[in-house]
Amino acid sequence: MNSSSVHNSSGTSQPSRRSFLIAMAGTGVILGYARYGLGGLESITSTPKPASGVGEMFEPTIWYGISPGGDVTVNIIRAEMGQHIGTACARILADELEADWNKVRIVTVDSDPKWGVMVTGGSWSVWQTFPVFSRAGAAGRMALIEEGAKLLGASPQSCMARNGTVHGAGKSISYGDIVARGNLRRTYTPEQLKEIPVKAPRDRRLIGRDTLALDIPSKVDGKGRYGIDATVEGMIYARPKVPPTRYDSKVISIDDSAAKHLPGYIQSLALEDPSGTVPGWVMVYADSFPAASRAADLVKVKWSSGDAARVSEQDLQQRSAELIADPKGGSLIVDDPGVDAALASAKHKIERTYTVSTVMHFALEPVNALAFEKNGVFEIHTGNQWQTLILPVLAKALGRSQESIVLRSYLLGGGFGRRLDGDYAVPAALAAKAVGKPVKMVCTREDDMRFDCPRSPAVQVLRMAFADGGQVIAMDHHAAAGWPTKTMAPSFMGKGENGFVFDPFASHGADHWYTVGAHRVRAIDNDLAQRTFRPGWLRSVGGGWIYWALETFMDEAAHELEVDPVAFRLRLLDGAGRNAGSAPNSVGGAHRQAGVISRVAQKAGWGSAMPHDVGLGIASSFGQERDMPTWCACIARVRVDRISGQVTVEKLTLVVDAGTIIQPDGAAAQVEGCALWGLSMALYEGSEFVMGQPKDTNLDTYTLLRMGNVPEVEIEFMPSTEAPMGLGEPATAVIAPAIGNAIFAATGARLRHLPIRPEDVQKALTGRA
Amino acid sequence: MTMFNLNGRPVSVHSPDEVPLLWVIRDELGLTGTKFGCGIGCCGACTVHVEGRATRSCITSVGSIAGADVTTIEGLDPAGKHPLQTAWIELQVPQCGYCQSGQIMQAATLLKDFPNPTDQDINAVMAGSLCRCMTYIRIRKAIKLAASRMREGAVT
Repeated sequence: MNSSSVHNSSGTSQPSRRSFLIAMAGTGVILGYARYGLGGLESITSTPKPASGVGEMFEPTIWYGISPGGDVTVNIIRAEMGQHIGTACARILADELEADWNKVRIVTVDSDPKWGVMVTGGSWSVWQTFPVFSRAGAAGRMALIEEGAKLLGASPQSCMARNGTVHGAGKSISYGDIVARGNLRRTYTPEQLKEIPVKAPRDRRLIGRDTLALDIPSKVDGKGRYGIDATVEGMIYARPKVPPTRYDSKVISIDDSAAKHLPGYIQSLALEDPSGTVPGWVMVYADSFPAASRAADLVKVKWSSGDAARVSEQDLQQRSAELIADPKGGSLIVDDPGVDAALASAKHKIERTYTVSTVMHFALEPVNALAFEKNGVFEIHTGNQWQTLILPVLAKALGRSQESIVLRSYLLGGGFGRRLDGDYAVPAALAAKAVGKPVKMVCTREDDMRFDCPRSPAVQVLRMAFADGGQVIAMDHHAAAGWPTKTMAPSFMGKGENGFVFDPFASHGADHWYTVGAHRVRAIDNDLAQRTFRPGWLRSVGGGWIYWALETFMDEAAHELEVDPVAFRLRLLDGAGRNAGSAPNSVGGAHRQAGVISRVAQKAGWGSAMPHDVGLGIASSFGQERDMPTWCACIARVRVDRISGQVTVEKLTLVVDAGTIIQPDGAAAQVEGCALWGLSMALYEGSEFVMGQPKDTNLDTYTLLRMGNVPEVEIEFMPSTEAPMGLGEPATAVIAPAIGNAIFAATGARLRHLPIRPEDVQKALTGRA
Repeated sequence: MTMFNLNGRPVSVHSPDEVPLLWVIRDELGLTGTKFGCGIGCCGACTVHVEGRATRSCITSVGSIAGADVTTIEGLDPAGKHPLQTAWIELQVPQCGYCQSGQIMQAATLLKDFPNPTDQDINAVMAGSLCRCMTYIRIRKAIKLAASRMREGAVT
């Protein structure tokens, strides 16, 4: 552990991207990795130590290098935002490489085209990294065995690698010595690399076993470097004046007379933004952040704004309801024939409407960025989840090439999807360009909230038709919300069966694995939401509203049929037809979802007698995407106070099948975080738009889960050697419906809106009475 | 100019009296382990010790702490090995880590007042420390682990 640390890199080496080159990379005498020190930038966690040994490094791929002292430095393109992703990725690589884990270090790299797409989201990181890092590690191991065998005077077939050492002919040689003394030259074409065999699961030595996460020590002693901690010589500070609306505000006048006397105040400028990211923004500059912040309070800006300044939460929800009521429009994601006929002819059917309120990201580190031009390169220092997405926007805003802009990496004080949208880098960059100096823009909490890309409010209508014997013969699901991907990443939009585009991230979940006869899913973008604010990707994205509706509806359908909700789900998860699953990602299909449901029911004592006003509720999901299913099931145990309407969640039991688990304790931590996020959003969070702005801008009114309301949480992973899926989001979305269903089990009160407030419970109880 | 003791060393700073201690520590004195979260004393990320008491530095003016002893996460233990810090690593508490300096500083005064804290003590004292990653379960466990180690240490 001691030799492991997280570094920042400027990535100056340029190995071939076309071929997997096993060769001396020629980085010269190690001298502390010159590339770590560029621009005086500090490491994101601590002062980087040079890799050990003197001589050239072996860099078999762009993903890692081995020094003559045997240190393995792994390059991580993923943002470190709480998932300990660097550690997980390095474990994948080190396992195949047969590296000595104690000599593995990780480097969180800066943006560079050589890394390909840089994104940390969608719960994709482990799933995407696993095949790449497994083969990169295996290729390095093969090359080291081959060269080590030569040095040992043995045949490669008689040699094996363990723990950073090649053994053969009764002798051994360390990886470091092979790098120092050998002549490592070998080229693999991408095709050959694809053919490199990886270990059988039984031969894994690091994957599936716990280790201490490499980023954690820097998070208990204050040394970790977050974007807000970035500094550069000669920088000044700025705080924005965030306009009344996201898109249609124009600055009419700026009056800074009240700020002029303030020591440290410099000036206020309206930003010109060719990228259209921050129209109407005014930047208030000072020589310290407190001065900039106070000055911003004193500077008066007059804006003209359009209709968006009058939009309320109710308007947004009404628009969604109207869009659903109109049979035209929307994208048909699932469109089986016969849905209308079945619904028209069925004697027994149900229809329900579900709604969710706006939710704020509230990443604890308010968005910020340090920007400056140096040696012809525009440097942006900030924590970010999707460098590849914001670079072209920055290029447009600054009027320069993407190649002349670099995003320097830092720890993120929370991501949760907020930092997938790097919009906050734009005003910082424009502010620096406008004054020709390094500018550090820091948003106050209130600025951050008003500039958030919140989770859109949503309305959904679901229908189900039953045959006379209670068999489900049709299901119809209409979901309307503001789509994040439409504005921010249009190239990721999907195409529906009717040819209309849809936001997959806002729709996943509705294309479920239940066999329901004729199935239709219509996803609709709320145009008023798009005009009013920037809908954001927020942890589990569409799952946050889709599964709330779907899994509450499944419960309602079960009760309608007087069937146990667990038995009802298991019956529909028959793995028939398109729900059979396929290699490599969804082997087992619906049967694996049934597996987690059965297991959680067993663990949580489903069906056992409960005390008065206590109930168990179940919900299940396949996580983020059908192509990357993380099978989840949760049973919530809640107690309801009928007088106050207060809901106490006593226990959450979760069973998750995410295929191969790389780092069990880290995986459990992600599910813990997801579960409590789900609880926080179910009972404590939620905001609303008032006059085009989120009503809550700080903790005086925005409430989140705190220590005293944390229930017991029990988590189990299904043992599996299937491909590893993601864990950063999936368990979030099952919590609210499990709680809602538990409230129903405890009291008979049915909740159909998130968040669930005590007065809603009271109302539902009264309605029932 | 205000003078106070920071992590055992006298410092003098030029920020005007009304400037929050948080920004003086972070930007003038360069210790960035103390974090800015809400600016209204409701999240706890900015928690430091003033005269040994957990204090929200974002709503404490630097003028008001003149002459006082101030301790930040960097000064909690000279080697960064306070029982809370080692428990935090052992139980892998932090996720994003942004709130954890404040959590640890709050927990350190909790353990001074309640060497053997009950769940209710922890709920009451830690209520003001928000963790957006929701690491509360591990925070609670780590506080108890550190408390037991500190009690053992005090006996032997």
